[in-house]
Amino acid sequence: MSMTDFTYADLIHRCFRCGYCKFPVIWTDVNNCPPYGRFRMESYSCGGRLWLTRAWLNDQIHWSEHLAEIVYSCTTCKNCVIKCPLRFNVDIVNMIVAARSEMVEVGKIPSAVKRFLENVELYGNPYGESRSKRGQWIDGTGVEQYRDQEYLLYVGCTGSYDTRAQDAVRALAMVMIKAGVSFGILGNEEACDGNEVHKLGESGLFEMMAEGNTKQFKDMGICKIITFSPHAYNAIKNYYPQYGGNFEVFHYTQILQLLTDEKKIDTQNDFNAKVTFHDPCFLGRWNEEYEAPRAVLRGVRGIDLMEMEKNREGSLCCGGGGGNFQLDLLGGSENSPARRRVREACETGADILVVACPKCLVMLHEAVESEGMKEKLLVMDISEVVAKACAL
Amino acid sequence: MDPVYKALVNIVDGEHVSNLPEELYIYSFDLGTAEPHPPDYVVSPGSVEQIQEIVRLANRERIPIVPLGAGLSLAGLAVPLQGGILLDLKRMDRIIEMNERARYVVVECGVSQGQLTAYLERHYPHLTHSEPGAPPAATIVGNLMIHGQGDLAHPYGFNSDLVNGLEVVLPTGELCRFGSVALGAGWFTNHPLPDMGLFLGWCGVTGIITKVSLRLFPAKKIRGVGTFVVEDADLVPEILFKLTHVQMAEDIIAFSRAIPPFASGLQHITVNIGADSEKELEFKQELIWDDMLGKYILRGDGGYLGFVRGLERPQISKTSDYKKGGGFEYVGSIMPIERYPECYRRGREISERHGIPYTVTGRCIGAGHSMMFAWTYAFNRADPLSILQAREALHETDDLVLELGGVIWKPGIYGQKLLLKRLDPCTRELMGKIKRLLDPQGIMNPGNWEAI
Repeated sequence: MSMTDFTYADLIHRCFRCGYCKFPVIWTDVNNCPPYGRFRMESYSCGGRLWLTRAWLNDQIHWSEHLAEIVYSCTTCKNCVIKCPLRFNVDIVNMIVAARSEMVEVGKIPSAVKRFLENVELYGNPYGESRSKRGQWIDGTGVEQYRDQEYLLYVGCTGSYDTRAQDAVRALAMVMIKAGVSFGILGNEEACDGNEVHKLGESGLFEMMAEGNTKQFKDMGICKIITFSPHAYNAIKNYYPQYGGNFEVFHYTQILQLLTDEKKIDTQNDFNAKVTFHDPCFLGRWNEEYEAPRAVLRGVRGIDLMEMEKNREGSLCCGGGGGNFQLDLLGGSENSPARRRVREACETGADILVVACPKCLVMLHEAVESEGMKEKLLVMDISEVVAKACAL
Repeated sequence: MDPVYKALVNIVDGEHVSNLPEELYIYSFDLGTAEPHPPDYVVSPGSVEQIQEIVRLANRERIPIVPLGAGLSLAGLAVPLQGGILLDLKRMDRIIEMNERARYVVVECGVSQGQLTAYLERHYPHLTHSEPGAPPAATIVGNLMIHGQGDLAHPYGFNSDLVNGLEVVLPTGELCRFGSVALGAGWFTNHPLPDMGLFLGWCGVTGIITKVSLRLFPAKKIRGVGTFVVEDADLVPEILFKLTHVQMAEDIIAFSRAIPPFASGLQHITVNIGADSEKELEFKQELIWDDMLGKYILRGDGGYLGFVRGLERPQISKTSDYKKGGGFEYVGSIMPIERYPECYRRGREISERHGIPYTVTGRCIGAGHSMMFAWTYAFNRADPLSILQAREALHETDDLVLELGGVIWKPGIYGQKLLLKRLDPCTRELMGKIKRLLDPQGIMNPGNWEAI
């Protein structure tokens, strides 16, 4: 691979490595770049990744598993995009994704990335689970297959296969049924949305997935899609239009907000808890939706909503974005972003850390266990909070 | 396994030690024009004890050690010129003690300017520190190692004058404290014990500062910046003299730059003012603008461009992207203020000769006792010729500083050699004795201040 073929060849040298990208909006530390916060080596900083990519493309260093892990350790959380004051900032994550694409193209990727992509190709999900198990979470919920309902509830891989995330999807489904929302799911016919495949740099596979899903949605007459995952929301809303998929896309918190506003959700139970909310990167920084989840929480009686110092566009990523939910390149340490994030949540004095993303839910749930905080902090999805408040 | 690597892992841990090509590559660079030199090992220690052990190991093995903060000096001062162990100190980033009444804070060596600014703004908004114009990732200690200055340089001087005490790992591994803390009396003063003067400004060749007590100052409720502009550079020293006479400003900076073109050739003077009330602000504004600078407006020599409330802190610099090239470096100097016009003209000539849009800046230090005057040269990191041009311009500027009677601030290797050549022989010899006494193996940041 050479620099001349690199999409951002005229841009990548413009990173000065000043370090703004390490900070959160409130400047309190230099740990808001998840890989840098985890390893505290310049090589893992955003600037370090860009400089190393440039060095690799210029043949100044050779590809290695370590280099690839550094490049793939980025969670694509976009903190750098928010913090970098220079004009090329909008393309920082794109440059990392492009670097990954170069690695994919020459067949040099970490084994965990290879496994991820193979599983998506073979099974339609990164878990390597059978397609026939995708809709099993539905059992006993009364959720219907999509026919011609108003909305498709697109569940996504994590919600479909991860047992902790399944609890949250079931809660969402119950709330929507109770509120009279006309929706159905694809069950075993659902395929991965491809957001992480895109971020891992496999643009060819992503293209196939986006085209396949778009065709399926269109063939079924689907116009409105509610996504359970912000990752799917990002892909379907922002990338699918390039493949003819012009759907009306909602993240489920936007629907819950609508139901709250229309008083279709009756949160009669007094929740009586201090809660804090963790902004998912693909809902917040990627799609600038900060208010819907908070509006839903404010609508639940008895909730005392406390903000973490790092919130909204200054939020700390849980570490699960950009494929890292599966790759786990940032795990195994008290400095793993999820563990730092639950400690930050604990500092607010909240009893419950509320999330709006299945990946965040699982990452932070496990982090609470690793931190030995189970007695102090409970991690819940907003759907679970609302379901509980509705006595469902 | 490499025994030194193994020993380092035993001291720190496997995750914060590397001898892999990726880390060696990244840490071989300064962000300016200095040539890269890779270290043999990169270590990010987490405690003072680990630093002591690493230093002892380096002495046993006779391996160089280069301490690194954020690496933002731009002068190549933390490039491992002779390889060895690159000690990235940023993981030690705790704010250890805050004394509100005595107005000081004790920080570890990895605390950044931005971190301290944010901490004070959130918890002690009535206190502030003298924040340098560097990116907020720059560390407090790194700035002291180069005698930096900040946005309170006019009333209080160099940041290294604002130190209440130090904790230092000596090049032989012992841990020393300086100032009142050496008596176990807290971190509130550096005086009146005998002056050591062994570490600040030494760029890490005499030891590794692990903690520092830094003086804080009242932060006024209203802070903002007013701007005055004149065309005639010869008027600037006189104006700065008048402004410093008032003793009402927090920061006074004169600058001129080629971009944007309409402002090229003009001399802008920014004055930071703080006040606790509108009345105080009005009073200060009247003294500064009306009484001191009114005559220049009446004569048609200059104009007042207004006062903008709020200071951008941490300060944001976009200089590196001037040429869409990702690079800049500057020569800083400590210079008599009266030299401003020549500094501006001669610097502009150098820039134009090398095809680089000129940028010059002078910040008042003390009551006009001196200024830090800087000539900035942007370059394109992807264009070797552009880097070469910038490097040549920087070297010419180093020569110019001495020609104009100034002192090069945080000189790179080229500038260090110029200074050492001119340095009083007795002073140079004493510096050499101190260095050899403290660092008998010569392991600390070798290549810097080499002649001593």
